[in-house]
Amino acid sequence: MPLLKRGTLHPISLVVDGVEVTGHAEPRMLLVDFLRRVLGATGTHVGCEHGICGACTIRLDGEPARACLLLAVQADGRRVDTVEGLASADGALSVLQDAFHRHFALQCGFCTPGMLMTLQGFLEDNPDPTKDQVRAALSGNICRCTGYSEIVDATLDAAARLRNQDQAATNPT
Amino acid sequence: MKPAEFDYLGAESPDEALDALGRHGEDARVLAGGQSLMAMLNMRLASQQILIDIGRIEPWRYVRADGGVIEVGAGTTQAELLAWPDLAAKAPLLAKALPHVGHLQTRSRGTVCGSLCHADPSSELPLCLAVLGGEVVLKSAKGSRTLAAKDFQTGMLSTARKPDEIAVAARFPVARAGTGYAFEEVTRRHGDFAIVAVAAAVSGPSVRVAVGGVADRPMVREWTGLTEADMADALNGLAWEMGGFDDIHATARYRRELVRRIGARVIEEARTCRS
Ligand code: FES
Ligand code: FES
Repeated sequence: MPLLKRGTLHPISLVVDGVEVTGHAEPRMLLVDFLRRVLGATGTHVGCEHGICGACTIRLDGEPARACLLLAVQADGRRVDTVEGLASADGALSVLQDAFHRHFALQCGFCTPGMLMTLQGFLEDNPDPTKDQVRAALSGNICRCTGYSEIVDATLDAAARLRNQDQAATNPT
Repeated sequence: MKPAEFDYLGAESPDEALDALGRHGEDARVLAGGQSLMAMLNMRLASQQILIDIGRIEPWRYVRADGGVIEVGAGTTQAELLAWPDLAAKAPLLAKALPHVGHLQTRSRGTVCGSLCHADPSSELPLCLAVLGGEVVLKSAKGSRTLAAKDFQTGMLSTARKPDEIAVAARFPVARAGTGYAFEEVTRRHGDFAIVAVAAAVSGPSVRVAVGGVADRPMVREWTGLTEADMADALNGLAWEMGGFDDIHATARYRRELVRRIGARVIEEARTCRS
């Protein structure tokens, strides 16, 4: 890769929520700002801008990561998944989103995009977590409204439903 | 906040990174996982003319056990080391401590070597390297050298790395049969910086313990043949010797108490989990 000079815009292309997109960014532009300002994808939130709150959590090549601690140019050629890709095209909520809805796992909703992206990856790795494991997974996401217990309940509920779905898919009756 | 302006080089090979660092020296900063550096740039606690990103350099991404040493390359993330299948058998201390390093969203990017280079006095990996007596391999365009943990970390957020050097690997000794390892820390929240963290390696009558979060770097002590009462005195002496400080999270007195209590507990755990 050539040296990217400050103050000038550089073309980058990446796959965001399954769609190939291109845009321009200065070297110092954060990935979260690229998503929100260049692509207009404001579903990903930005809170603290120094890696503490977790609101900006996205998945980079499948791994949960802080979009405020990544440069847009670092995501060139990679896959980024955001909260905007969770619901299906017709607007139907994902199992996890639906559980958040039913359990009142959000109030102001500021933390929710980061919570969902963290938990989505977490449940793929650990489909049958304990309450403590969920709480540990959430330690990197701050919520100022819910007190977390509804979020934990929603996660355990979503995990159970996803397991049942899997079971139904493997043993059709 | 947003970072100040910088140039960015996404290095593709070790030589490209080392050459660029050799040319730019102190004006450059090596960007690996960015979990500390990006936060400091965003807060403008750091500002650099050029960032040299080593995250794409495949030859620097590895974990291998060789001749009694586990070597971890500069690009290897904390999550990758945690997922290494031999970790619990070959490095039980790291298996215990790594889940406490940041959060899953930061371990996925944060590197092992980056954490050692950041040299935060309360972080877990420098503590593990210190108690195990590991090493850091430094490389520049001119050559390479290997430093023992105690010579590498020189103080609060500072190391012996020269401006043209990259820490290309960390070396942790493989666990020895008959030695038990344990780790514990006290934090305000899981994944936060430790108020006090203790790691111990115990084999027979010999106890090696390291304490993080109190002094400007991990403090290591080695004792042999202490009775339980002597051990309490030794830990108390260590607690006072390190001084400690009052801050928003804890008083110096509380920190000393943690050294005494967690110290005793960790040593006991290491003694009983000997393989
Ligand atoms: S905005 Fe990224 S962690 Fe807070
Ligand atoms: S719902 Fe308001 S911060 Fe979590």
